[in-house]
Amino acid sequence: MRTKKRHVRLLGTHAVLIILSVIMIYPVLWMLFSSFKPTSEIFSSPGLIPENWTLQNYVVGWQGAGGVGFGTFFLNSFLIAGAVVVGSIFIASLTGFAFARLKFKLRKIMFALMLMSIMLPIQVTLIPQYIIFHELGWVNTFLPLIVPSFLGVSITPFFIFLMVQFIRGLPKELDEAAIIDGCSTFQVFWRVILPLSKPALITISIFAFYWTWDDFFSQLVYLSDPSKFTVSTGLNLFLSNAGNSQWGALFAMSILSIIPVIVIFLFFQKYLVKGVSTTGMKL
Amino acid sequence: MSTTKSTEVVHESEAGPSEAGRPRASRPARRPNDGIRRSLTAYGFLTPWLIGLLTLTLGSFLLSVYLSFTEYDLLSPPEWVGLDNYATMLTDDLFITSLMVTLLYVVVAVPVRLVVSLLFAVLLSQDIKGIGIYRTLLYIPSLIGTSVGVAIMWQNIFSDRGLINMVLMNIGVDDPPAWVSSPQYAIYVIVLLSIWQFGSEMVIFLAGLKQIPDPLYEAAAIDGASKVGQFFHITLPMLSPVIFFNLVMGTINAFMVFTQGYIITHGGPINSTLFYVLYLYRQGFQYFHMGYAAAMAVVFLIVVAVVAGFIFLTSKYWVHYEDTEDN
Repeated sequence: MRTKKRHVRLLGTHAVLIILSVIMIYPVLWMLFSSFKPTSEIFSSPGLIPENWTLQNYVVGWQGAGGVGFGTFFLNSFLIAGAVVVGSIFIASLTGFAFARLKFKLRKIMFALMLMSIMLPIQVTLIPQYIIFHELGWVNTFLPLIVPSFLGVSITPFFIFLMVQFIRGLPKELDEAAIIDGCSTFQVFWRVILPLSKPALITISIFAFYWTWDDFFSQLVYLSDPSKFTVSTGLNLFLSNAGNSQWGALFAMSILSIIPVIVIFLFFQKYLVKGVSTTGMKL
Repeated sequence: MSTTKSTEVVHESEAGPSEAGRPRASRPARRPNDGIRRSLTAYGFLTPWLIGLLTLTLGSFLLSVYLSFTEYDLLSPPEWVGLDNYATMLTDDLFITSLMVTLLYVVVAVPVRLVVSLLFAVLLSQDIKGIGIYRTLLYIPSLIGTSVGVAIMWQNIFSDRGLINMVLMNIGVDDPPAWVSSPQYAIYVIVLLSIWQFGSEMVIFLAGLKQIPDPLYEAAAIDGASKVGQFFHITLPMLSPVIFFNLVMGTINAFMVFTQGYIITHGGPINSTLFYVLYLYRQGFQYFHMGYAAAMAVVFLIVVAVVAGFIFLTSKYWVHYEDTEDN
């Protein structure tokens, strides 16, 4: 009798969770299936399965907008995101090590400044940064999107903070043993701390990739030539050029744009969930 | 801020023993320039970050304040206009609209998303088979939600003949509103997109729920407390630091809303989704009113700081920190 009641409750819980999950995921599934429908069919039924399957949307969409194909947009996005990943690892490991392990003058003030920069909305410094990059002749290149990550600006303060926390969790005896063995500070960093920080560096890489891949604001501000456009700005250009006549192709390219994110999630789920739950980083 | 608090704790406990024990025991004759040498090494590691801090962060911030007192279009040199930009804001209807629209968005989207993510976290904290699959499915929207691709999807779904209205018409709603092009509903379409991405907060809450010791619930159950009573008297107080963290970060993030307003509604209809950052973008990068945009950025920082500061001030009344240290 009792177990039966429990079974019913369990079944109820599953039913609720399945319904909620379907409601949450349905829009994405609908876009996925719609990308295989002719545009006229997209607005005819809320159902998923296409009556007439077609790959035409992908063929048309891939040709892109403004005379530039989506292949170029993807390449540009991968280039920028890849460089930002390298920059994030570079700055987070160097700065994180210094804050976690070294003693120096003004350390408390520096650390407070670093924490404050996490909270600083990027819009507050956007205008002067744009002017600086404009004066350097960097506008309409990838440099304003990449260089700040090497200097601990824009998205990277969060990564520095994560790295400080991670290195503080490593046993200090390891450093001391290395110093007794005659290692310099840099060797301690390079040979002891860095290899042990691999999990944190993977988490940082994933977030750096995601945030850059999904970024739209900075890319919109700094890139003006369609051949330099990323997936985000390319989609935006496509939307404003093609308008409502090409929903099928728009859907197809939108689906392609989120595939890298989903693939990385499936492979690195563990690191990601850990990153979110331990630091509160928002995707 | 909960992050700062936890680091300070780590910092103190780590600084204590090492300072007292290590240097004196191993190196009794400490040379006076040791400290300087150590500082130099550290600043070697910090150089790239310091360059960024001094130029792109602090330098830019000061430049922003300076520019806010000027008129500047990138072509001719900045011209000092005193407080003109700030005075203009007071009479700029679009500025006031953008501020109000953004506040409405923050006030609605942030609390609702917080409550939804908490309820889902409680629902998903049960130990039943296949729970991991539900967690993954419910997390996916927040993984992809801020992208342009999803914004395009959202615009279509809530358009006149979109998915939502097809479903509504199928279940017998005769004349559903054209959500995206309605000045009344457009902003709630974007609010809903934000709520749809409750996954990140949910994961943070799930981690927080795991930290609550089971004996608390067991004791309450023995005392005859109902599930609902347990939620309000154990779960909520124990989770309050996590709620606080999600509230602060969620609020700051919500103020920065841009992509959704730009892609889905273009700030319209009738400026009903003209978010602050969207208006700032237009002033700076479409009209090239760099001075005005800089002044807007300064005001933006003040507004966000005041709202965040207000949340901090209230926190001592509702955020409950455990007496025992849990490093």
